[in-house]
Amino acid sequence: MVQPLRQETDPNLVSEISNTEIPVKKRVKSAEWAAFKKNPLGMTGLVILVFMLLVAIAAPFIMPHDPLAQDVANRAKGVSGEHWLGTDPLGRDILSRVILGSQTSLFVGFISVAVSTIVGGLLGMVAAYKGGWLDDVLMRILESIMMIPLLLFGLMVLVALGSSMTTLIIVISIGLIPGVARMARGSALEVKEREYIKAAISLGAGNFRVIMQHIFPNILGPLLVISTLHMSSAIRIEASLSFLGVGVQPPTPTWGNMIQEGFTYITSTPGLVLYPGLALLIISIAFNVVGDAIRDAFDPHIKRQRK
Amino acid sequence: MLALHVKEEILIDVKNLTKYYPMKGTFFGKSKDVIKAVDGVSFQVRKGETFSIVGESGCGKSTTGMSLLRLIEPTSGEVVFKNKNVLEMKRNEMLDYRQNIQVIFQDPYSSLNPRHTIKKILSEPFAINTKLSNAQIEDEVINLLRLVGMDVHHLYRYPHEFSGGQRQRIGIARALALNPQLIICDEPVSALDVSIQSQILNLLKSLQKKLRLTYIFISHDLSVVEHISDRVAVMYLGKIVEIGTREQIFNHPQHPYTKALLSSVPVADPKLKKLTQRVHLEGDVPSPKNPPKGCPFYSRCPIRLDSCNQTAPVLKEVSHEHQASCHLI
Repeated sequence: MVQPLRQETDPNLVSEISNTEIPVKKRVKSAEWAAFKKNPLGMTGLVILVFMLLVAIAAPFIMPHDPLAQDVANRAKGVSGEHWLGTDPLGRDILSRVILGSQTSLFVGFISVAVSTIVGGLLGMVAAYKGGWLDDVLMRILESIMMIPLLLFGLMVLVALGSSMTTLIIVISIGLIPGVARMARGSALEVKEREYIKAAISLGAGNFRVIMQHIFPNILGPLLVISTLHMSSAIRIEASLSFLGVGVQPPTPTWGNMIQEGFTYITSTPGLVLYPGLALLIISIAFNVVGDAIRDAFDPHIKRQRK
Repeated sequence: MLALHVKEEILIDVKNLTKYYPMKGTFFGKSKDVIKAVDGVSFQVRKGETFSIVGESGCGKSTTGMSLLRLIEPTSGEVVFKNKNVLEMKRNEMLDYRQNIQVIFQDPYSSLNPRHTIKKILSEPFAINTKLSNAQIEDEVINLLRLVGMDVHHLYRYPHEFSGGQRQRIGIARALALNPQLIICDEPVSALDVSIQSQILNLLKSLQKKLRLTYIFISHDLSVVEHISDRVAVMYLGKIVEIGTREQIFNHPQHPYTKALLSSVPVADPKLKKLTQRVHLEGDVPSPKNPPKGCPFYSRCPIRLDSCNQTAPVLKEVSHEHQASCHLI
């Protein structure tokens, strides 16, 4: 009988170790994405959004005409081979203006949602994690912002400070922050009580690490949902403010100020209001549908039902 | 394990630990009522031993455990580790202290971050406390996985891909990462199947031997406690009512509560079962908001005297190392 030279590991444990090969990192399939893909409505919305995004990015190259060039001979014309969606009373091509308008709308929407999600998310997580007076103070401030109707608030600020793209984005961001912060706080309060947070603290993790590594990834789902839904709100608020004349100023076309300009001619040339309005409607619905689909995809109960 | 007792080096000394939770106040001011979750608990844990704290839910055993790590901030008392009071430590000292003392949690489903891979979970202790390179950390992580009997190919999996027992092994590996001296096991097996329980308990035992660990083992399961402990403390309503070696507590219980607890353990042999007398307790645990004035166990005690309601008993030496708090001893 040959005796083993030495016994290195506990025999209890050895039996369970079969594979000693060290694996390479594999690409992880996201269960959420898989669930999202199965939602036809959400996918349709996503396709529309991707299409609109591509149009906005490629706007300078795909616009058939200069959106600012006035063609006096072709004023307020209907649909034609030259002008697919017709022209406005100054002879500008409506299609080109709708395309360029999407750039402004998406840009304003995207930046203000990005700002409000980052700021609001951080505020909410810090309030939930630290608790106590900081939580009370932060939440009362955010609630008082929430009480002011955003449109009125935007109108006042933009009239007082004058309209500019930057002010517009700041106003919309401020309006969206409380919603994000409350949602982030609610989700973070739940995550905070899990034991892996205690484990991280007992390993010596500081506040920043706990919030960024352990709380943030676990509230990503709800954050993603609310930022998608906020995209549609931000675009609508931008359009409303531009419609009221305090948002993006002419001649830069946005859907809001195009509707406002066309409003006077709504009976004679309905296309002026119809096309930018339709674009607004479609993008709003698309963002909402995608937001709902993301929420469903992150919801474990709904996922189980589908399987 | 008994051989280690000869040395009797005290690793951690808990003196008069209390945790009071304030009651929620009304709009007009704070309420003066408090819930006494832990009320003057003292014990010492010796190097290399397994010290168990048993008691029913809500008796303050987990609060005591979490207080030692300051995961819950105690109201008063002292926790002395290496001649320093843990409760007065500053952040830097705490970082140092927490490398020496780690925790294994009850719920293996909530103790691992679902968005991190096993590698990331096990790398975290090193990322926070050491300056090792990524390759060195990976080596350490692989060693840890082997130490707790897990396959290395699990490295890039997520917690939800594992069973409860495997997840608890990962939790144990994380607690071992920084080479701690003391591990607080907060009901580490009560969420697991019985067959898995013994695997995990044996793993804990063999790790204790190999790494010369000290455990504070918190549990409500007496058979598990009997299996693993060297010394046992029985808690009731935030107080230790009896403390002693495993033999003393399980074979010669003194406090009526301990006796009742032990008689509630199911016995597999029906013949034996007839021989043991079941002690039934009346009523429920009184609310810790409004505990009895005298003996905390007064309301449910089968052998109480009227005088028991007057003064609270203190822990009395019954025999060497064995203390119980009852007026009738």
